[in-house]
Order: sequence, then structure tokens, then C-alpha cells
Amino acid sequence: MHQNAGGEGKIAKRVGLEVSIAVAEAVKLADVDVVAAYPITPQTHIVEHLAELVANGELDAAYVPVESEHSAMSASLGAAAAGARAFTATAGQGLELMHEVLYAVSGMRLPIVMAVVNRALSAPISIWGDHSDVMSVRDAGWIQIFVENGQEAVDNVICAFRIAEDKDVLIPTMVNLDGFHLSHVIEPVTMPDEAGVGKFLPPLSYPFALRPDKPVTMGGFAPPGIYTEVKKGQEDALENSKKIVLKAWQEYGDIFGRYYHPVEHYRTEGMKTLLLTMGSYSETASLTIDRMRDKGMDVGLIRLRLWRPFPFDEIMQAVKGVDTLIVLDRAISFGGQGGPVGSELRSALYNLPKRPKVIDFIAGLGGRDVSPDDFENIVKRGMEMSRTDSIPAFQMYGVKE
Amino acid sequence: MVEATSDTVKMGRRLIPKQELFAPGHRACAGCAEALAVRLACKAIGPNTIIVNATGCMEVVSSQLPTTSWRVPWIHTLFENTGAVASGIEAARKTLVKKRGIPDGGTHVVAMAGDGGTTDIGLQALSGMLERGHDVLYICFDNEAYMNTGIQRSSSTPYGAATTTSPAGKVSIGQVTWKKDLPEIAAAHEIPYVATACPSYPFDLMDKVTRGLAARGPAYVHILSVCPTGWRCNPELAIKVGKLAVDTGVFPLYEIVSGVYNLTVNVPELKPVSDYLSLQGRFRHLSPENIKQIQERVNKKYAALRERVKLTHEGIVV
Repeated sequence: MHQNAGGEGKIAKRVGLEVSIAVAEAVKLADVDVVAAYPITPQTHIVEHLAELVANGELDAAYVPVESEHSAMSASLGAAAAGARAFTATAGQGLELMHEVLYAVSGMRLPIVMAVVNRALSAPISIWGDHSDVMSVRDAGWIQIFVENGQEAVDNVICAFRIAEDKDVLIPTMVNLDGFHLSHVIEPVTMPDEAGVGKFLPPLSYPFALRPDKPVTMGGFAPPGIYTEVKKGQEDALENSKKIVLKAWQEYGDIFGRYYHPVEHYRTEGMKTLLLTMGSYSETASLTIDRMRDKGMDVGLIRLRLWRPFPFDEIMQAVKGVDTLIVLDRAISFGGQGGPVGSELRSALYNLPKRPKVIDFIAGLGGRDVSPDDFENIVKRGMEMSRTDSIPAFQMYGVKE
Repeated sequence: MVEATSDTVKMGRRLIPKQELFAPGHRACAGCAEALAVRLACKAIGPNTIIVNATGCMEVVSSQLPTTSWRVPWIHTLFENTGAVASGIEAARKTLVKKRGIPDGGTHVVAMAGDGGTTDIGLQALSGMLERGHDVLYICFDNEAYMNTGIQRSSSTPYGAATTTSPAGKVSIGQVTWKKDLPEIAAAHEIPYVATACPSYPFDLMDKVTRGLAARGPAYVHILSVCPTGWRCNPELAIKVGKLAVDTGVFPLYEIVSGVYNLTVNVPELKPVSDYLSLQGRFRHLSPENIKQIQERVNKKYAALRERVKLTHEGIVV
């Protein structure tokens, strides 16, 4: 994932950048037309830097400093409907405030790209990271990608535009990066070169834009005789988007030398026990895997990069021959089956004739670290539990008693 | 100015475009003055426009899939975000013209919403749009309650009106608050153009829409739209009731051009408010004492408006 391959045969330079700034630079490389944004920690550095780029004339775009996240997504919606390439970013409560607009955007098939800097939800108020925000909008009809480090954030923001805007997709896409643990750290990043991005990402040509010479009615109301068919079309489109996602990642890799996959494997060959993580904690988890393998314990790591559309085939492939799948969830589905990721995996695998036991741990809430030691404890505990007959729906790890 | 051609029709001394951009066949109730107001506004706006519509009566009556009443590009998304969607469209158009070379052609962006979508749930997005100076004409079609959902009170419902959520009862006269003055709130954003209008005065309405479009920057036009269904009046009286709203001073027709007030329909001798109230079932429970209260309020507000007209014309800022 970290080769120094540059586009167009040049050697690209690796620079130290705060990840939020790098994300904003990626948005600049995508040459967006409209940025409508509202400040919220820990997302703010992204839109601050975009405002700076616009103010300095380095990015030719309209910057609309809206009065709320609801309006940030609504203004982005309007911009996309008018045929502009639109980007916004948010976090936590901001994503919640956007909630209903997210559904309108996907239902209207508008290819907006948004960076979600994952943050815990109130109450109690917490500005720190977990996945409660994005899990509450998992059914909103967006393509949802999780990234692990700064490089992946940069690459996937650019890929997100290409995926969302593909004529066979036209689905809004969000790139999830962990608040603070990722957004606020300085990492070595290879910025893709402009020529390469130009080749990879053609200018947007939205086929149904609002224009007086070709009037369209957008957002009419659907009586019961039509609504179901519209929703079926939307679900089919989201499902079909996976092959475009794969194609975009392949072509991106061919140009820039960094390839991405819906499910990433780390030392999984021949392993009967796998740990599954999402987002930046995956890097810590991979250190733990190295350590445990050095000690002779058989465990590998899979990382879920593509959350929507859910990569059923890749997951099934990944768990073939696996006995125990230990999941790290960073959100709670209150009163339900525990963590959203664990319960989705369990149900995805349920009809397989031979399936692993799914052991779901909830940890890393509200910015709490999950250290290599914690991961080791989680894996060990998961391995022990898999040998018993009573596996709880989930457990919260590291709760102070 | 509209020029006399085969596409225009002469009404009185005025030429009106024949073209209906808001097509007949929509599903509005009999006597809906809001549908009439939209139709008149569209004649003034013309085809070179993008309309952003809030959820509400006009969205419901005009856009049932797979049909449409709109002969101009039109978008509806949600209830409270009309100002924000319009902002995004305006910002996008400006950028696309400058950066991507799409033809400019002076396309207007017009936002339309009801009183609920404007004075209540959409007020924040509207305020943001006005404050940021987007070149958008925002028209509020005010029928003084949430009619689409079944006549619930809004902050634009007048004092004493019975609605389904402000019913008149043994211990209540119905709505106990005075109508929120949205044109003044819009004007407080110091935008170039604010006006009130009513389809009972169709030329005044169309002129104001035209002036709102011509303004550089945000414009706000607040149109009183009689709703016979919700106001409990005879549908054939819709125009008359609207005219009485103006002639009694309950809803004065005025405009604020860069801070200067003009009474566009001056009523030297106001008719008593009871002429207006008595035609509507929503006010029928009011006592003479209640009506007196309303009369006093109208007198006071009308006098204050006249004073503003005078002072702003004399260059005294109020």
C-alpha cells in the first residue's frame, strides 16, 4: 500500500502532511466546483484548508459558508443538481443533522462526495472518535468507504469522485476517516500528480442537470404505485456500483501504484482465526497480529474497506475455512445485537453451510484507545470463547468497573 | 417590458404572456389562490429560470410522478431546506459559467415555499441564503397554516384563527399569537428588495416578482394566498377575500427597495376588519371584543407602516 509509484512515470514525492490538509489537497486535485460546509470538530481543518485554497485562488470553486450541516448537504444537493462537482465534510452531530438530506441525495442520484471524520454522538457530548455517526446512516443509500491512514484518505477521496460520478453509478459517496486518530495526525503522504488525476477523473458531466433549455422535474412525489419501483432501482444501482468501485480502484492502482480492495487481507493465509477491523485502528491491529504471530499464535487480520455496498462475496471468500471471526465494533446498536458490524457479518454468514463463529467486541468508543495489548486481549478472549458453546451477542471491552 | 405579440394577451392596459409555465391540470383545491399566485408569478418570471420548491401544497399538487405541471426546470427535495438548495444552485451556476464555460443567459433561481416552510421550519435556511447574498428570488406563498397536512397553525397564522392545532374552544379563541412579520425579518437582512403581494392584485404581484428578479442579490416576496379549504370560505370568494385583506389593512401591499418603503396599493380609508373576518369560518367564533383587538392592532401597524414610508422617503433611517 505504500509504494512510491508516481503517476505518468515520475517519482512522486512523499511529504509530511496533516491528514485533514491532505484530504483538502485531494479535493483540490479533484477540481471541485462547489464546497458548502459548516464547522464541526474534528472535521474543521478540511474545510478550513479548502476555504484557504479558494481564498488564495488555488482552487477555482464557490465556497458557501452555510449556517448548518443540514444546509451544507442541501446546498451541495442544489449544486450537484445544477451539474456541479460538489464536496463537503462533516462529523458526528453534523452527520446526524444531515440525516434526512442524505436520503434525498441518494434517492435523487446526485454524485456528491463527503468526507466523514468519524466522531461519537451526544449525549454525553464527545468530540472524539468512534463510528456511531456513520453507523446511524448506513442505510442512507450512499457508497461508504473506510480508510486507515492518510494515504488511503487522499487516494479514496479522489476515487470517490470517479465512482460517484460514473454514469452507471450516480450515487453519493462518503469516505470515512477516524476523528483525531487520523484527521489530526501528520503522516507521510504521496500526493498524486495533477496529470494523473486528470487522466483518472474526467470532468463531471451530470446527465440530468437543471437547465432552462432542457427542463426536468426533480424530486416529484411518488404514490404507492411507483415508490417501490423507484427504491428497487436505487438498490439495484447501489449493488451494481460495486463493479465500478472495483474498476476505479484497479485503474487508480494502475496509474498511481496503490491498489485498494473491498476487504483487505493482512497475514491471513491458512489462518483459522481472523480479526476484523475498520478504519485507523486497523494499523494498530496489524502490529498486534505481527506480535502474536511472532509468539506462534495463529491469527490474521481482515479490514473492511467497503461498507456499502456490503462486499458479501469478498467476505465469504475471506472466511472460507475460518473457525473464528473476531470483530471490533466502534458503535453500539442499543438494545439490539451489539455492534452493527458484528451483527451484519453474523447475518451475512448465517446461511452458509459452514461458517465461522462471530465474536463481537465493542471498544474504542468516544476516542478511547485500543492499544496493541488490548487487541491481543481481545483476540485471546475471542479464541477462548470460540471453544465454548455460549457466545454472547457482543461484549464491551475495557469497561471500568 | 412585455411586447405585444401573438404570445401575449391584453388585460386592461397590460400585456400578459399567454404561456403557462405552471401548466393547467394540477391538483389544487377549487378556489386555491396560491395556485393562481404561482401561475401569475411564473408569467412574470418567464422560462429562463430554475425553480426550487419546498415540500407543501404546491409540490403535492404539481409533481405526482410520473407527471409534472412544470414547464421550467424544477426541483423539490425537503421541507426546510429551500433556501439552502437554492443557494447551492445559484453558487453552482455562477461557478460553472465562470469556470466551465456553460452559457450564462441570465438564468434566474427562484425559491418557492409556503408559510410553514418559510416562517417556521425553513427560516434558518432562508436567513442563511439572505445573509450570504445569493442572487435568488425567494417567494413565500402564505396561506396562513399548514394546509397540506390538514390546517395546522404556523407562526404565520393570524391571531384568533381556528386551526386544527389551535382550535377555538370554550377557553381558547384559537391562535393566541400575532402573525409573525416575515417581510420585516427578511428586510432586517438588508437585502435589496422585499415586497408583499396578493393575487387579488395581479399586476402588482407580477410587478413585484419582476422587480425581485431584477434586484442584484437576494429578494423576498411574501404573497398572501387565500385558502378557501383552510380558511373556511366559499371558493368563489377567494379573490374577494384577498382584496379585503388588503383593503382592510390586514395585509398591506408594500415594498422595501434598498431600505425605502413604498405602499404600492395605498388604502387611504381602511375598511373595517370585520368585513374581512366575517367571510371566513376560521374567525366566526370571535367576539366583538376580539375583533376590536384585531382592529386596534391593524390600525397601529398600518400607521407604523405609513410612518416608515414617510421617514424612509425623507431619508431618515428607521
